[in-house]
Amino acid sequence: MSREKLKDKASIKILEARKSEGMETIWDRYEAQQPQCGFGLLGICCRMCNMGPCRIDPFGTGPQKGACGATADTIAARDMTRQTAAGSASHSDHARDLGHTLIAIGKGTVQGYSIRDPYKLRIIAAEYGIKVENKKDNELALELGERVLQEFGKQDDSQLTLSKRAPKRQQEIWKKLDIFPRGIDREVVETLARTHEGMDQDYKNLIQSTMRVSLADGWGGSMIATEVSDILFGSPKPIRARANLGVLKEDEVNIIIHGHEPTLSDVIVTASQDPELIKLAKEKGTKGITVAGLCCTANEILVRRGIPVAGNFLQQELSILTGAVEIMVVDIQCVSPGIAQAASHFHTKVISTSAKASIPGVEHIDFREDNALDTAKKIIKIAIDNYPNRDKTKVIIPKEAMDLVAGFTAENIFYHLGGKFRASYKPLNENIANGRIRGVAGVVGCDNPRMGSGSSHVALVKELIKNNVLVVQTGCAAIECAKEGLLTPETAIEMAGEGLKEVCKAVGIPPALHLGSCVDNSRILIACTEMVKEGGIGKSLDELPVAGAALEWMAEKAMAIGWYFVASGALVVFGTPMRISGSQAVYDYVTKDMENITGGKWAFEEDPIKAAHLMIDHIDRKRKALKLAPMMYTQSYTVTGHLPSE
Amino acid sequence: MSKIIATRAIRGAHKIVERAEKELAKAVEAKGKDFAVSFPDTNYYLPLALAMLGIKASRIGDLIEIMDYARQLLPPIPSENIWLPYLGPTLDAGMATLFAEEVIEVLKYAFGPCPTYDYWVGFTTDAILREQGIKLVDGRMPGFAAIVGAAPTNKDAVRIVRELQERQILIFLSATTNGKCIAEQLAEENVQMGWDSFLVPHGKDISTTVYALNFAARAAMTFGGITPKGLKEARDILLYNKNRVHAFVLALGDVDDEKHANAAGAINFGFPAIADTDIDQILPTGVCKYEHVVSPVSLDKIVEKAIEVRGLKLSIEKIDIPVSYGSAFEGERIRKEQTGAEIGGKFSKAFEFLRMKTLEEVENGKIQVIGRELDEFEDGAAVPFAMIIDVAGRKMQKDFESVLERRIHNFLSEALGIMHTGQRHVIWARVSKDARKSGLRFKHFGTILFSRFLHDFPSIVDKVQVTIYTKNEDVVKLLPEALKAFSERDARLADMTDESVDVFYSCKLCQSYAPNHVCIISPERLGLCGAYNWLDGKAASEINPTGGNEPVLKGACIDAKVGEWQGINDYLYNKSNKAFERLGLYSLMDAPSTSCGCFECIVGLIPEANGVMIVNRGFSGMTPCGMKFSTLAGMVGGGQQVPGFVGIGMLYITSPKFISANGGFQRIVWMTKELKDSLSAQLKKHAEEAGNPDFIDKIADETVATTAEELLPFLQKVNHPALSMPPMM
Repeated sequence: MSREKLKDKASIKILEARKSEGMETIWDRYEAQQPQCGFGLLGICCRMCNMGPCRIDPFGTGPQKGACGATADTIAARDMTRQTAAGSASHSDHARDLGHTLIAIGKGTVQGYSIRDPYKLRIIAAEYGIKVENKKDNELALELGERVLQEFGKQDDSQLTLSKRAPKRQQEIWKKLDIFPRGIDREVVETLARTHEGMDQDYKNLIQSTMRVSLADGWGGSMIATEVSDILFGSPKPIRARANLGVLKEDEVNIIIHGHEPTLSDVIVTASQDPELIKLAKEKGTKGITVAGLCCTANEILVRRGIPVAGNFLQQELSILTGAVEIMVVDIQCVSPGIAQAASHFHTKVISTSAKASIPGVEHIDFREDNALDTAKKIIKIAIDNYPNRDKTKVIIPKEAMDLVAGFTAENIFYHLGGKFRASYKPLNENIANGRIRGVAGVVGCDNPRMGSGSSHVALVKELIKNNVLVVQTGCAAIECAKEGLLTPETAIEMAGEGLKEVCKAVGIPPALHLGSCVDNSRILIACTEMVKEGGIGKSLDELPVAGAALEWMAEKAMAIGWYFVASGALVVFGTPMRISGSQAVYDYVTKDMENITGGKWAFEEDPIKAAHLMIDHIDRKRKALKLAPMMYTQSYTVTGHLPSE
Repeated sequence: MSKIIATRAIRGAHKIVERAEKELAKAVEAKGKDFAVSFPDTNYYLPLALAMLGIKASRIGDLIEIMDYARQLLPPIPSENIWLPYLGPTLDAGMATLFAEEVIEVLKYAFGPCPTYDYWVGFTTDAILREQGIKLVDGRMPGFAAIVGAAPTNKDAVRIVRELQERQILIFLSATTNGKCIAEQLAEENVQMGWDSFLVPHGKDISTTVYALNFAARAAMTFGGITPKGLKEARDILLYNKNRVHAFVLALGDVDDEKHANAAGAINFGFPAIADTDIDQILPTGVCKYEHVVSPVSLDKIVEKAIEVRGLKLSIEKIDIPVSYGSAFEGERIRKEQTGAEIGGKFSKAFEFLRMKTLEEVENGKIQVIGRELDEFEDGAAVPFAMIIDVAGRKMQKDFESVLERRIHNFLSEALGIMHTGQRHVIWARVSKDARKSGLRFKHFGTILFSRFLHDFPSIVDKVQVTIYTKNEDVVKLLPEALKAFSERDARLADMTDESVDVFYSCKLCQSYAPNHVCIISPERLGLCGAYNWLDGKAASEINPTGGNEPVLKGACIDAKVGEWQGINDYLYNKSNKAFERLGLYSLMDAPSTSCGCFECIVGLIPEANGVMIVNRGFSGMTPCGMKFSTLAGMVGGGQQVPGFVGIGMLYITSPKFISANGGFQRIVWMTKELKDSLSAQLKKHAEEAGNPDFIDKIADETVATTAEELLPFLQKVNHPALSMPPMM
């Protein structure tokens, strides 16, 4: 059932080949779980205290309250709030580690790291109120690192520094609703406290906390992670690369880096280019070393260094099942335990590196900044040494590998729309205003066997660009679209509507722009803010003709992302609902009432074509409110089936 | 698709940059890095390098810096597949092209061949820039066209430039198609070229295209008041052009890589390119106001299309006469042998007279020719001529008669084939044989005046009728009424002194580029551009009460000698953005008037002589204060009070109030010969009244002195009165 929607040819090839060999994958386990717990799906099972677990009868005949008296509204809202806090914590903890790396560079206690974008270091330091004149990179790194870490433990009621970037109206709304993000850790701790037994029980109050903790991610943790990563590892520039399992080489040592933090992956890329190690690899009868990324780690090293992408979340086991991977190095987030089992069929070694994420049955090499390069070399050597163990008779490397262009940022869009002397967002805004481009949509998030195993993103993006919506992407959704050629300018442009096509041809971009990893959704916030600043298409984020979708959302991080966009005024579409469907009140509150509160709202639609039209209709309403010109070219505005009213 | 354009532009940029590098290397080898290079008569060094990069290039070594920058800007050529974004890089390539071309051109001035020869004008001097550029900025010229290449035939070439000229669009000509430049085609067809006719041939070399753009960059620096420094200012200069200078590129014939590169440079300024051949298109807007590249456009539509793409505002509808019409033809001269009919001068009795009538008395649009029409006279005949224009309007006033009447000259001159000079009963006009042949008649004089008066003065003119008499006896009979009216007007004006009125008029038309500058126009001191006297100010404020001219109550007199009034001070403070608190209208030293940049003349203190010098725009030589006009203009202009220096209208020199706070006209120790000659009659009169009849001979000019050291002995020799006047400082 779940496997039928999988469209990626490389994945299908591996799955089919290995099925006969009895190798289990995420699809098998997912299917074995069916039918899944209905109470869990509806969000009406409460496990908060030891009087429970309690569950609410969704049909109204059984109990309508938990032992403590909590209703479906409380239970659903409380669980959602906790999940959002966990998502926010994940991105933010990632950001914290980068802050520590900055400090370590400042103190000179790192190996293999430097400041790759000193210009941006100065810009961000100045934004934090640090005097930048006549200071060396490492002095500034130390100061900025310390200043950034203060954002986590801040106890006063002032707003997070980067949240001051938001348009005035968003800041006013946050102030009015009292959801201004203050300290990053504080918001997570407060949210966990509020969702404890016997605390916050009013779903509206709980959702206020949801929004606040999510804003601490979007305009806090994630944004810090993006900015500091740019400083440390270089700001991305448009760059060519390839994506899908076909990037693995029959005759090279294949190393896959999987997880999220660029700190690990960047230095492994550097080490892999060490001539000594390459020589060593050749001595083993190979032609060299291939490093490929997986999941958001892939995105981090793709947009900065053009490193090939082996695949997205659902391909972590499949990449091992090629039989051609010497090692898979992992750090944090989205690392499925299933990889250990997959590796057991082959010579592949899985190495965990983060003390915060250890996996049973997997070798652990602790990764620290002060000996990062040595550690990276050690890991690569293990890979090289493991190559002779590869059983070539078992190797299946699919040929699929698609060319792509990635590496767009909120900052470099200025340059690409006007050159050095006329750098500006104006061409984007004007062509939205004049009806060549309908609006901008973020298509982001995970790939999930519950949905299309990635295929929904592709269908959604195709429908959006056909209707002249410019798409920005991050995360596993971006990788999925890359594999299908939607990030390849020459092929993707031809799939775009006439107006969008003209703009893409003028600028030389594909109609879907890859902006990076999941923390880089903050780039979308910044880009939208720049659109507001340029003017003409809305004075605040909630007025912009934009929308977002993470149809195949899987991780709690996606909820945090979705919520910070909704709290910032955007429409966000998830394929399947968050676990709130058991409470009509909560469901209506987030999908309807929310629009009058933040200007943004949620929508849930599994069908990617219908989801596209939800977004298009939303964008069209914003266009109408702004009195923008009618669309310049009449569209093949195809909708399949009945269009649900929002 | 537009990747083709990007690819060609970037390839062209590489070629031009490489050429500039080679020529620069030769120059370095020949003369070394310290050798001086410059364009003629400019304070803007290499204007584009200054505007965009802040480089004040005056030596070959500075050119190396420019070329290093250009080289850095050069992007790689877009790949066939999986290309990276190319719009930003293409625009950069365009800028690199322009930097390189400026280097190529300035090296021509240093090492030859000189770009200025025959009708080729090469670099535009600052003096011309000030005179012509302001028209682009204030809307008198709707824009400029840079034509690169050549038309398929000479006939097409003439037609295209005529279409542009009719719309008052300034035209720059450069580069070639199959070895020929459109300027050569025009020359072959005997089309008058030069600044007077709005047709400016820059050169045959593609690199001369840069002259159109360094003209534009200077317009922003001069009139936009943008001081180049960094990237932000560079951007401001480009945006000023996008918003204020409505220019476009017409690419005629084959568009090669180098022309593409130049078009990419122009797009940075917001100037789109329109081509008659198929070079693909860039339609989405953003860098330019509308489309960026449009092609192919057929030749008969290309001017219309360009106007549409650039968003030019044409202020006047086409006037229905059988010849071309537009201010491009204003400076046209008709020689004796080309004359189809002649009016006035020493050849026939003639006058023109505009009078106010009641609304009932005027039949709007009625144009009568009483006597023979133009074609009924023999070719080249001298025609007796009386033209009476009756104007009526609810807000028309007797005082406006002369203001309107003075415009007859401009209105008629703008027709191709009419040359008109003088006013009242001292007119001299010619109609060319060609115009006569094309069907131009006297009744068309009426058509022109009828259209223009209604169009240009809509709030005071409601009705116009024109009657033209071509029988000598009628002219003789009607003249006395006109003469009587003229002398009444003169008497009224002569009586008019600053003391006799309660209201002066302001002029803030130039605040767009000199934000703090306010002109105060009094009966005895006209605006510094020479275009607006007190009556004009009055008329303008009536025509458009919310426009640039406002009545200003003088209020209590603070100091009659200096020319200071409370009302004027208050007004100045408010309207100068609180930059200035006082105005000494008659003073050179104490709170003198600010200057925008349009002044006809500059008065400057010469401390050693205890007097002043006056230099007029257009005089490019050195003056005794050690500065040329262009340098002085830079110092005086921009809306600052600069004690010791002031910009003035030429006629103010003959006013009794000319720096009267500092001793008046007897302070003049030096003025250009041109000024002296044109004002000698009036000055002589003043001098006689002052009891110093040979004063005019005591004023030095450039034939006597161009330095203070040369000036002083002369003044002592002639015993100039300034030497014995009280000290100015």
